[in-house]
Amino acid sequence: MSINCIKQIIQLLIVLTLVVSPFSTVDAASVYKIGGIFSSTGSSSFLGDPEKKTMEMMVDRINAAGGIDGHMVEAVIYDSEGDPAKAVSAVNKLIHKDKVIAIVGPSTTPTTLAVVNFVERARIPLISCAAGIKITSPVKPWVFKTAQSDRLAVAALYGHMGKRGVKTVGIITVSNSFGESGLEQLVSLAGDYGITIAAKESFGANDTDMTPQLTKLKGISPDAIICWGTNPGPAVVAKNLKQLKIDIPLYQSHGVASAKFIDLAGDAAENIVLPTGKILVIDQLSADDPQRSVLEEYETMYVSRYGGAMSGFGGYAHDAMTLIAEALKGSGGDRKKVRDALENIKDHVGVTGRFSFTPEDHNGLTPGAFVMVEIKNQTWNLLTD
Amino acid sequence: MADLLQYFFSGITQGSIYAVVAIGLSMLYRSTELINFAHGEFAMFGALGLVTLWGHLHLPLPLAFVLTVAGVACVGMVFERFALRPVKDPNPITLVIITVGASIVFRGVAMKVWGKDPVALPPFSNLESIEIAGAVIVPQSLYIVGAALVLAGTLHLFFRYTIQGKAMTACAVNKKAAWLTGIPYERMGLFAVLISAVSGAVAGIFIAPVTMNTYDMGTMLGLKGFCAAMIGGLGSLWGAFAGGILLGVLESLGAGLISSGAKDAIAFVLLLLILYLCPGGLFAQKSAERF
Repeated sequence: MSINCIKQIIQLLIVLTLVVSPFSTVDAASVYKIGGIFSSTGSSSFLGDPEKKTMEMMVDRINAAGGIDGHMVEAVIYDSEGDPAKAVSAVNKLIHKDKVIAIVGPSTTPTTLAVVNFVERARIPLISCAAGIKITSPVKPWVFKTAQSDRLAVAALYGHMGKRGVKTVGIITVSNSFGESGLEQLVSLAGDYGITIAAKESFGANDTDMTPQLTKLKGISPDAIICWGTNPGPAVVAKNLKQLKIDIPLYQSHGVASAKFIDLAGDAAENIVLPTGKILVIDQLSADDPQRSVLEEYETMYVSRYGGAMSGFGGYAHDAMTLIAEALKGSGGDRKKVRDALENIKDHVGVTGRFSFTPEDHNGLTPGAFVMVEIKNQTWNLLTD
Repeated sequence: MADLLQYFFSGITQGSIYAVVAIGLSMLYRSTELINFAHGEFAMFGALGLVTLWGHLHLPLPLAFVLTVAGVACVGMVFERFALRPVKDPNPITLVIITVGASIVFRGVAMKVWGKDPVALPPFSNLESIEIAGAVIVPQSLYIVGAALVLAGTLHLFFRYTIQGKAMTACAVNKKAAWLTGIPYERMGLFAVLISAVSGAVAGIFIAPVTMNTYDMGTMLGLKGFCAAMIGGLGSLWGAFAGGILLGVLESLGAGLISSGAKDAIAFVLLLLILYLCPGGLFAQKSAERF
């Protein structure tokens, strides 16, 4: 046999495997594949890690209950490392290689905004776990999100400040899209609540010293300082404020609403007030709160499987999965039907809040999704006034 | 006025971190002509080692200090013996790329061992912040400045007055000639990396309480430390110290007086300006043209 002949046989084999392989996956079509993109490593792993774990847990729970209309659910999860470029490559894999029905995630606003165009073009429903309001405003037909919009957090925060008689505030925000989106909302809502913004400062996501910015704020002496960021920056702000002996009340965003923040900030966390989902204060909620039972169930499930402390971030993935499971019922795996079903879900009680989607609102939450808490004795304390 | 002083103090706090890292980088360059991009990772190992030994196991601070430094020194020696020495054609660019690769490996190992979450440590002493004319400085930053000065001083004396120090310099100037005069250059190379690992560990230990300790903290430290060493003139120990403080103060003044958003940009533009005006750095050695 000549070498040429062997070459041809090999080429033929390659062609055959390429042609045949798509057919061999037909059997697996009875499985509903759902994609997940989470920043399970990297600086925003505190978001992505509980989300990934929650998604895996929810998939097992759905399958244990017999799947959806008899179809088993399979999760295909990629790690974005918090990097928009990696999120884009993950979304392309999910669309073209894994051919998923719907996607949960990504975990952060920058990564979500990076993939939005791809899912719109491929017509795949996506439920993001990120907070940025730009994700669902303006409304994109195929994009939903479960995390509370920054606008709701700002509304809850300003409402509380009004009761405490705060008139002027100094703002310090992280210079990434979480901070910028927060800043935008803080500025646009300030007028409605009669609050004057005296100064705007920013810090880098990995900075370890914010004393220059705080010194500047101290000189202006506002009634309160609002810090808008995700760990670890806000912990540094809290520490620096204490080191500089600045006696101005500090408010934080829901971006730090996890036990890790108290860990990092230590004593400096005392008396900080922030808006957060109800998950941090489950046992302090009133008994007739409809969310309470959902929250308790999620907590037992998560803690018994993974142990350790639970944060509200995993809840975004929990709600995304229950919403998708709801929408998948009777859809036969058709993406368009799933999307339409999602848009018509009303009064769905989740970990984050009550979701009522409309064609104009793809977040579906009301300010009631937020409560104000104060950190006292290294723990969260629900504020009811 | 108090504000200005505060910006200055903040700059020293931040700058001392850059300085203490830069000194180790500069020292290694001086003795082997090698720029070690894994130096920030030595500091990261120092900081995270302290987190484990002092923060979690609650060993006494001096013991934790010694154990951490010894541990990182071992890592440094293994690195030199198995990654740098076997290189057949040890021209600088190959070695520099090896150090970049090593930094990635070190980060990966640290992520596996210590996890991904940042950890905070309390300061060494429970003193109140010190107040001078309305501006505040944290005691820990004085420790860092002290550590940087002691480190630079010790290394300076070592290179100036000991036979080993001189032998190391000789190896950097001309390896073959040094070998001909009977200097065991391989052992000198090992020794140099060892000292660099120790200085990196010391840097990491001292800055651990003022920063957030994570597996990827070394990248920022290495980069800023490198800038500081460049400003001061690579190879000059005191230059590295001054360069670090200068970079920190510039950043802080930029953030305070101009815009906190453009803080890094301001510092880097000034860095470029300095390097444009005196390419060797502010404290470049007169004997730069040694060959």
